[in-house]
Amino acid sequence: MKRKLSWLGLVPFTVYIFAFLVVPTLLAVGSGFVDAAGGFTWGNFSVYENPVVWRTFGSSTLISMVTAVIGAVVGALVCWALTGVQPGGPIRRAMDAAASVLAQFGGVMLAFAFIATMGAQSILRIWLRDTWGVDIYAEGVWLYELPGLVLPYLYFQIPLMVITFLPAIERLRPQWAESSATLGATRWQYWRYVGFPVLAPSFLGALLLLFANSFSSYATAAALISQGAQIVPLQIRAALIGETGASVANTAGVLALGMIIVMAVVMSLYSLLMRRAARWQQ
Amino acid sequence: MAAVNRVSTPPSPAARRTILLVISVLFLLPLAAMAEFTLRSTAGGYSLEHWIGLGSLQESRQYRALTRGLGNSLVLSALSLGLVLGVFAPTVIWVHLRFPKLQRILDLLTVLPIAIPAIALVVGFAPVYRILGRTLGSGEWTLFLAYGVLVLPFAYRAIAADLQGMDARVLSEAARTLGAGWPAVFGRILIPGLRRGLLSASLLTVAIVMGEFTVSSLLSRDTFQTGLLQISQTDPYIAVLVSLLSLLIMFALLALVSGMGNTRRRSTRRRTLTRKKDQNVT
Repeated sequence: MKRKLSWLGLVPFTVYIFAFLVVPTLLAVGSGFVDAAGGFTWGNFSVYENPVVWRTFGSSTLISMVTAVIGAVVGALVCWALTGVQPGGPIRRAMDAAASVLAQFGGVMLAFAFIATMGAQSILRIWLRDTWGVDIYAEGVWLYELPGLVLPYLYFQIPLMVITFLPAIERLRPQWAESSATLGATRWQYWRYVGFPVLAPSFLGALLLLFANSFSSYATAAALISQGAQIVPLQIRAALIGETGASVANTAGVLALGMIIVMAVVMSLYSLLMRRAARWQQ
Repeated sequence: MAAVNRVSTPPSPAARRTILLVISVLFLLPLAAMAEFTLRSTAGGYSLEHWIGLGSLQESRQYRALTRGLGNSLVLSALSLGLVLGVFAPTVIWVHLRFPKLQRILDLLTVLPIAIPAIALVVGFAPVYRILGRTLGSGEWTLFLAYGVLVLPFAYRAIAADLQGMDARVLSEAARTLGAGWPAVFGRILIPGLRRGLLSASLLTVAIVMGEFTVSSLLSRDTFQTGLLQISQTDPYIAVLVSLLSLLIMFALLALVSGMGNTRRRSTRRRTLTRKKDQNVT
């Protein structure tokens, strides 16, 4: 009796998750296998015969890789610098708060921030052009195209790296540095043989998380790039908005499935790496 | 005494300061550019006209899209908060206390919304909301059901981390042995003990809901972000100004919570002990 009652406590959550996570996911993936008449078909996958779709998957991967690598390296440097800061001090607290706000900062407001910073009318651009003779837009305003996404994306990628990698680098024990020193190691040797190998799984894991983060983000790109579909999320937008017939909605489903497959691979690798990283956490 | 190399994990103070200074300047630049942009007068030169205009936003018809969107997002924040605190939090606690075996499933389930991008979920939300529209109407408020899924991973982690830290199982067993019923355990032990986790989960919920664009724009609902994007076409100054303000408010709130976290972490042990003592007295 008691046992039965405590199971009841799980009902609302289970019902909710089923209706708003499981069902939508199945519908999204399933709509890729349905034709206009509602019957089963493989036909929608003909989308992948279109080279444009492969090119957008390529661009999505490229932009995610670039922003993940730069974000991870710069973020790791910031984490390293933060290990020298007093843990409860004001600098550390401000940095923690800033990282957690900025890692969530995306979309329309981020697009505005970068239009204000480096848009055609921004002081930065005008100053660079008039004082230094460097026109960043000499070959056209690239802020509203694919390359324009790199800097805005870094604005949330670097903070995300700080959040995920800082706990790992803080677990490097001072004793390891001391023992290395006692054994006659130089600072470089300590990093080469102790620091880097211990941190490698966490670093690679964080890199994958950043890749996934950038691969799945839509809002910033949607606000900056109003025309065209240079990356997969924008391609899904085009398929959803241009909903003239059922076949277009099913295209969105097939593209969503492609994204979910990429994300599943990345996230599985991530969990493998995290398990490996956990070895040094005891 | 033989010269021992100085080996340590943190960088030298000079390197540390350089890294933190450079990154801070780079990250403040877009915010400064936004601030500069809002001070530009429409007629040329600088003035406070846009900041002064902020007070009369409500009267002007031109800004209806923005004020309505903001109102909708505030309602959605409240409803999502209700979902997080009324359904998610009790379930997370209940699983932790009564069904430890389900913990792993819950862990996995709450990562899914990160692994399945919002843009892919929208494809599945569209048919779900077509059905909801028929029964509950096409008002904006139903969006909170979709937002719960987006918020779930972050809210879960905030609450679960705190739950692990407070020995919830031991404390609630102790209370039960002393004759407390479940309502008393929740109301007088768990909720006060999880204050910080619940607070940061709530803040993250509000931050995510206020910043949400993907789902609302593709389901054609009016929210804060879609309103901002719409207004930016007629009055970019107000759009940037409001974005900057909301970002600063979020930063202040999160800095506050992160500050609380630091004082808490340092005195957790001591407080847990006094809390146990209090329990014995009452």
